[in-house]
Amino acid sequence: MSEAEPVTVPGGGEAPSFEEVSGNSAAELDPTAPPVLTVENLRMYFPVHATGLVRRKVGDVQAVDGVSFVLPEGGSLGLVGESGCGKSTTGRAITRLYKPTSGSIHYGGQDLATISARNLKAMRSEIQMIFQDPYSSLNPRHTVGAIVGAPLRIHDVVPKNQTLKRVQELLEVVGLNPEHYNRYPNEFSGGQRQRIGIARALALRPKVIVADEPVSALDVSIQAQVVNLLQDLQREFNIAFLFIAHDLAVVRHFCPEIAVMYLGKIVEIGDRDSIYGNAHHPYTQALLSAVPDVRQAATGGRRERIQLQGDVPSPIDPPSGCRFRTRCPIAQEICSKHEPPLMQIGRRHKVACHFPGRLGEHPREPLTTGLLGVNGEGLPDPGVSPSNDLVDQPGYADTWFDLDAKSIGRA
Amino acid sequence: MWAYAARRCVIGVVLLLTLTLVTFMLFFAAPVNQARLACGKICNEQQIAVTEKALGYDKPFYAQWGSFVRGVVEGRKYPLDPELRAAAPEIVTDCTAPCLGYSQFNAKTVNELLTEAAPVTISLAVLAVVIWLFFGVLLGIMSAITKGSIIDRGIVGLTLIAFAFPTFFIAVFFLKYVVVKWGLLAYPAYTPIAEGGVGAWFGNLFLPSFTLALVFLASYVRITRAFVLESLSEDYIRTARAKGLKGRTVLFKHGLRAALTPLVTMTGLDFAGLLGGAIITERVFAYPGLGSLTVDASNAWDLPTIIGVVLVAGAFVILMNIIVDIAYAFIDPRVRLG
Amino acid sequence: MTASLTTSGTPAPFLEVDDLKVHFPTSDGIVKATDGLSFTLARGKTLGIVGESGSGKSVSSSAILGLHRGTSAKVSGEIRLDGVDLLTLSNEDMRLHRGKDIAMIFQDPLSAMHPYYSVGAQIAEAYRVHNKVGRKAARSRVVDMLELVGIPQPDRRYDAYPHQFSGGMRQRAMIAMALINDPTLVIADEPTTALDVTVQAQILDLLGNLQKEFNTGVIIITHDLGVVAEMADDVLVMYGGRAVEYGPCNEVLTHPEMPYTWGLLSSVPNLTADTNARMVPIPGNPPSLLNPPTGCAFHPRCGFRDEVPGQLCTTVLPDLEASARPGHLKRCHLANPDRIYEIKVLPEIAPELAKEA
Repeated sequence: MSEAEPVTVPGGGEAPSFEEVSGNSAAELDPTAPPVLTVENLRMYFPVHATGLVRRKVGDVQAVDGVSFVLPEGGSLGLVGESGCGKSTTGRAITRLYKPTSGSIHYGGQDLATISARNLKAMRSEIQMIFQDPYSSLNPRHTVGAIVGAPLRIHDVVPKNQTLKRVQELLEVVGLNPEHYNRYPNEFSGGQRQRIGIARALALRPKVIVADEPVSALDVSIQAQVVNLLQDLQREFNIAFLFIAHDLAVVRHFCPEIAVMYLGKIVEIGDRDSIYGNAHHPYTQALLSAVPDVRQAATGGRRERIQLQGDVPSPIDPPSGCRFRTRCPIAQEICSKHEPPLMQIGRRHKVACHFPGRLGEHPREPLTTGLLGVNGEGLPDPGVSPSNDLVDQPGYADTWFDLDAKSIGRA
Repeated sequence: MWAYAARRCVIGVVLLLTLTLVTFMLFFAAPVNQARLACGKICNEQQIAVTEKALGYDKPFYAQWGSFVRGVVEGRKYPLDPELRAAAPEIVTDCTAPCLGYSQFNAKTVNELLTEAAPVTISLAVLAVVIWLFFGVLLGIMSAITKGSIIDRGIVGLTLIAFAFPTFFIAVFFLKYVVVKWGLLAYPAYTPIAEGGVGAWFGNLFLPSFTLALVFLASYVRITRAFVLESLSEDYIRTARAKGLKGRTVLFKHGLRAALTPLVTMTGLDFAGLLGGAIITERVFAYPGLGSLTVDASNAWDLPTIIGVVLVAGAFVILMNIIVDIAYAFIDPRVRLG
Repeated sequence: MTASLTTSGTPAPFLEVDDLKVHFPTSDGIVKATDGLSFTLARGKTLGIVGESGSGKSVSSSAILGLHRGTSAKVSGEIRLDGVDLLTLSNEDMRLHRGKDIAMIFQDPLSAMHPYYSVGAQIAEAYRVHNKVGRKAARSRVVDMLELVGIPQPDRRYDAYPHQFSGGMRQRAMIAMALINDPTLVIADEPTTALDVTVQAQILDLLGNLQKEFNTGVIIITHDLGVVAEMADDVLVMYGGRAVEYGPCNEVLTHPEMPYTWGLLSSVPNLTADTNARMVPIPGNPPSLLNPPTGCAFHPRCGFRDEVPGQLCTTVLPDLEASARPGHLKRCHLANPDRIYEIKVLPEIAPELAKEA
């Protein structure tokens, strides 16, 4: 039998009526929220060794290469992109499952990238992670109580005799029966296991949760349950989420701000309307156009899509200049010579492209020549001095380059 | 690939050197006077001193180890002391490279001892491997494709029973019943191929090898069964069936190749272990192999012989490991092509 | 039920599945993975089968391919391909159909290909088992096929191993393998679930174009209603081993009449939806196939039971019967599903559409 044995509804209780099922609408942005986590120019390289007589380093997998963003308190930032774009690595570097190659991660007045081992432990209680696979991320030989209670005991936050009480509270919070604390993970369905993982992450009252594809392994109907649960928890406990996913629709629902990654870099970052309604990067546009949509059934047939040619290049030897240029429908000569800087083009909208524009309205001439100090072909232009400040800063500036008005916009 | 194998060989040599060094150290830590042992029961102090000099026991152990290693490369002449050699040229024993030492206890070079014993053990081990692999894989596959049936349970049960009896029991049982009481086979005594031809060699080896194979049979049946079952539930087996391939092709071409790969590792390591000497089997059947040699040498504190056996056994293990890894690369393109 | 269930118009069906049941006897009882499934498919058309894990969608397609033969599964009903009932064929005759008339594309092309054989050799094997040709002829045929599915340098890539291909390339190779014998029916089981969206788009386009070229009937099994909307002519929604809604794709997806289908639609956010749209989950978990709920299998999770008089939902299994719309079948006791959908469901999940309606 190719399909897993489903699990019965525990208790088999009455289903609530449609109106009673609390579904949430899309999360809203609070532009005034102070940052809780600021990531600046984060790099994560993994060395590659030759398999010869001598094991020598021959290069790096540049999994994450200079990523900056701000995560607001109690808000959520979505990190989207295709496999191999570095979104999961970014999450793991922030939770310090990896030690970043360079860059900084500011949290609570400390730099997590260089923090000492002792301080790291204290910090770990405040930044938690939820994993994709609810089957392999829970130890099958531990009871649910032991799994959820482990962080409490490791960090010694509640007296031993109160651990169980707290575990039961947590199980209740995530919508599981508190009496089931002595059961084992295999007695739960996929969605319930993901709830266990969420309870474990909540145990230490974290301020930040990195959710790495938290729903993609779940059945469609269960995905919505978990997304709603995460939204409720976010509101109740004011938790900031770094929400890593490849499902653009779920990210749109959960995150008021989104960063699109390609081959280790952020190519476009902005609020929901900027990304989903006003994307200026050809990759974001291609990504959005590729998502199949239920509503086209009404009109019948397939929509026009931007077809990307070929595959994502290897992160060991990424293309020169703009990393997307090998698959980009609008690439020109300058793209192979210079890496486009992440330019702010709206109040909360940045894009890294030499030819940023709405679909079908990309400019003919590169807009980045002034910043880079080069001419239209990417050759040095003696008349223009390059801007010194090309490294991307996290967050948004108060002024930006307004593409429509061809002028400087102000907040 | 070949660079990788070369690197492994270099590491192997270093490992072997360490192995001999550790063995030396262990022996010199023991409260035994090597020279007195080597000299014999009725020796006066002067004779012991001469023996000590002749075999190099008067030097510190690291120097002895150094001269041992040099001997492996250059060869040695016994007695080691040049004066003693000059005094009695008729007793000089030439131990050509790779010289592994001289056993005073056996009055032979270790090389001679090993060349006598190794073929016995290698024959025994090779035949045992062939027997247990053949029957283990065959029964394992039968067991897997009839999973849950009476055949499956019978095979697994019977091999487990065989596994549960200790080797010395099975060996003695075979000798007592199959050979002596029922007279089904002649009493086995090792006969090299050079002396009696392949027939005699095989006939005499069969019983000890079979005894040895029985020990391994049960685990190979179970493991083959498990791997075949796992392999048959893989997605690519479904693909193979969906293509319309014959059941036989699906099983043998697609199922077994992946299932039997892990057996290469197991077989290689088990085989290498046996090459160091199947002590119990050799003892019971009185086969003069490396196992017997080891036991005798240990009883006599015969350091040079022990070092020789350790070195050969260690070399076999390291060599088999390298062979297994290279075999893997040939079998699995994911290993070969990264 | 008979062939009169053809829903999408003129071409005569070449595949008719009638009352298909796949039951697995276990020590705890009979697992009814598929329990009375009927549908038809015409050449060149696409049927989308939608459902969650355990709904029986994959089990049913394996039954069409005869992959349950030789296992403990009990398969009954009729599967007629061009008039031949596949379930009555001998194992050997069924094998000759497999891969030739019916081919399958699997979800994870990495695990669906043998890691030890080159991609080309595996495709050539599929060709040579049904065609008496030499190695050379098979190779050139495979290279042509690889080129057709858009694999660059097919002659060189022939000798590459599956792990050397990217996910999208592997799935292209799987498609080449499935189409090499020009089958009349291709079953694609979650063909794009393991792929990234842009690659998914490439693969769906490829599949659609090749289908047109070869006039193949396609069954696409997926949990993604978006993929169905894009690819399928007909859609069949499965729940607990049974069809709960069946009809032309645009009809079922724009006017769904069964609360489970509503749930599927409401639990997936839409890229272009109003941000006020709610993401309403289906409460509870998928049903046990060992002890399915009494009456309608969906009743423990259904939020509209109070719209149905009495204990009908918990006691009587509704028939898969025609709704008010032509060709649209649904398995539900609700008398006025259209109205409930428009008044209660649509304003929650797609406020902008509700206003138009």
